[in-house]
Amino acid sequence: MSAALVLTIGGLTTVGIYLITARSLSRIILGFSLISHAAVLGLLTAGGSPGPAPIVSGEAVTANPVPQALALTAIVISFGLSLFLLALAGRQHTLTGDDLVEDDIEDRAIAGLPQGENR
Amino acid sequence: MSALVALTIVGPLVGAALGLALRRNSQLRDIAALLGIGSAAVGSFALLSQVSANGTTVVRVGGWAPELGIILVADLFAVLVLPIALAIIFVVEIFAIGQRRTAWGANPELAGPLLGILTSGVSLAMLTGDLFTLFVAFELILVSSYVLLTHQGQAAQIQAGMTYVVMNLFASTLFLFGLGFIYAATGTVNIALVAERIHDLPDGVRLGLGSWFLIVFGTKAAIFPLFSWLPDSYPTAPTTITAVFAGLLTKIGIYAMIRLHTLTSMEELGPVMLVIAGATMIIGAIGALAQSDVKRILSFHIISQVGYMLMGLALFSEAGLTGAILFLVHHMPVKTVLFLVGGLIANAEGSSRLRYTGGLAKRSPLIAALFAIPALSLAGIPPFSGFVAKLAVIRAGIEANSTPIVVAALIAGVLTLLSMAKIWLGVFWGPSVDRSDHNHPVSGPPGNRRTMYAATSLAVAGTLAISVMAGPLFDLSERAGAGLRSPSAYIEAVNP
Repeated sequence: MSAALVLTIGGLTTVGIYLITARSLSRIILGFSLISHAAVLGLLTAGGSPGPAPIVSGEAVTANPVPQALALTAIVISFGLSLFLLALAGRQHTLTGDDLVEDDIEDRAIAGLPQGENR
Repeated sequence: MSALVALTIVGPLVGAALGLALRRNSQLRDIAALLGIGSAAVGSFALLSQVSANGTTVVRVGGWAPELGIILVADLFAVLVLPIALAIIFVVEIFAIGQRRTAWGANPELAGPLLGILTSGVSLAMLTGDLFTLFVAFELILVSSYVLLTHQGQAAQIQAGMTYVVMNLFASTLFLFGLGFIYAATGTVNIALVAERIHDLPDGVRLGLGSWFLIVFGTKAAIFPLFSWLPDSYPTAPTTITAVFAGLLTKIGIYAMIRLHTLTSMEELGPVMLVIAGATMIIGAIGALAQSDVKRILSFHIISQVGYMLMGLALFSEAGLTGAILFLVHHMPVKTVLFLVGGLIANAEGSSRLRYTGGLAKRSPLIAALFAIPALSLAGIPPFSGFVAKLAVIRAGIEANSTPIVVAALIAGVLTLLSMAKIWLGVFWGPSVDRSDHNHPVSGPPGNRRTMYAATSLAVAGTLAISVMAGPLFDLSERAGAGLRSPSAYIEAVNP
């Protein structure tokens, strides 16, 4: 496990979470891509030390292919979901001219009810 | 046996593919979707009878070793919950076929196939023996649920969908991080092998992993304080979709939590989980009391009820797990039925807001009866299924001498009854006021209405069957609970 990888994961997660706490969906999408990169890198580091490719290199000691296979699946999933989020942001933009994640209207309505009005 | 396991996962996928291919022909499309989901449901019932007689079945997909390949494990816990879940989706699909020609219905070209994909994800999540496949199954369920929630593209749905999608995506990413941690610590993502190796880890690492997955599954299950996304998003979708979500999605989270946390023996987390369970119950019930829309009241109840299941798990005793499993089995159909009735109310009254409804009992006694039975069951009134399930959980709490959680459970029960009474007063009793400026009742062709009533009645009959069969079900839950409490049998079956 290399320090550079670990630091990268930490950096990506920090920036990603900062972006996800934003109100605009485009920032959330960026933040989500960053933390999913961090998670994939995390899977990769979990596989242990790097080495030559299994099977084709013919060496006895190789890199662990299992976490790499897992990482590949995770990449595909997060790619698809990023596209879906973009489509959602696009739809929100056509509907409201903005892509902000809004408050729950119903919640606000109930909180604003005068006493005894709630039926 | 292994063919049955495969059928529950592949059947609905094939049905979904056929449904998409035949989407221009509405009758063939509906038949394809029903056949796909129905075959899986029948397969899962067959699996239940097989497994309860012959014990756990393990399928190694592609014949790979447990460390490398995908493993499907049909143990008693899985096959007890799975048939109920699949039967629910089947009933909801029938309801959807009835509802789809009305304005409240989901887009029929998408809803059937997507429900099929969701079904496949549910089967995979329950039968899988490794955490990464569990992650993939969660994604399968979530992606189809994202599309089902937002596919109509109305402003309220997009807005609610954003909260739902972002929250669940975040939880999924945490899940992925957790997988990395587990792999780094134990060198495997196979649940049985993790359960075996996790005891060699230092306590801090072990409990850290347990807490991490408590947060991951807790977000999906909507436990306190991670529930805020649920009441926001569920009520905006079409009835059929909300009914499936309400019956299944949070329960998959609880299911995964029960599976992982019992097999890895996270007893030390028990007290924390008990506190969370108590808070979830009470806050969910109080939240329900404050709402003024049928669907929102029911959404808050989901949260409250998840607390009971978590309580059963958190006791980490055989009695507690029996209660949790029984609660899971009872809760899924009851909650789905209540949302289906919510859909019937919205169809008949043109709104599900308590302010704009009233006097429905006189005009439509059938809807009132269909609502009353599951509502009383949810509140835990004998002789309905909720009573048996609540009794089992609370008895486990008394056996474990955890008075505070028992008191919390009883208070939450009273509050649930109170909010059910609120729906009853608002919708079924009182004057039927003319609110034609707000309401647009949708009656649709009578044939559709019959289909919807038939599906709902079928589901109500199912919940009654659960209370009639409470004895055998309790025995099965007890066996499943005992199996979860002694992980060695599970580990032995996966890795002989």
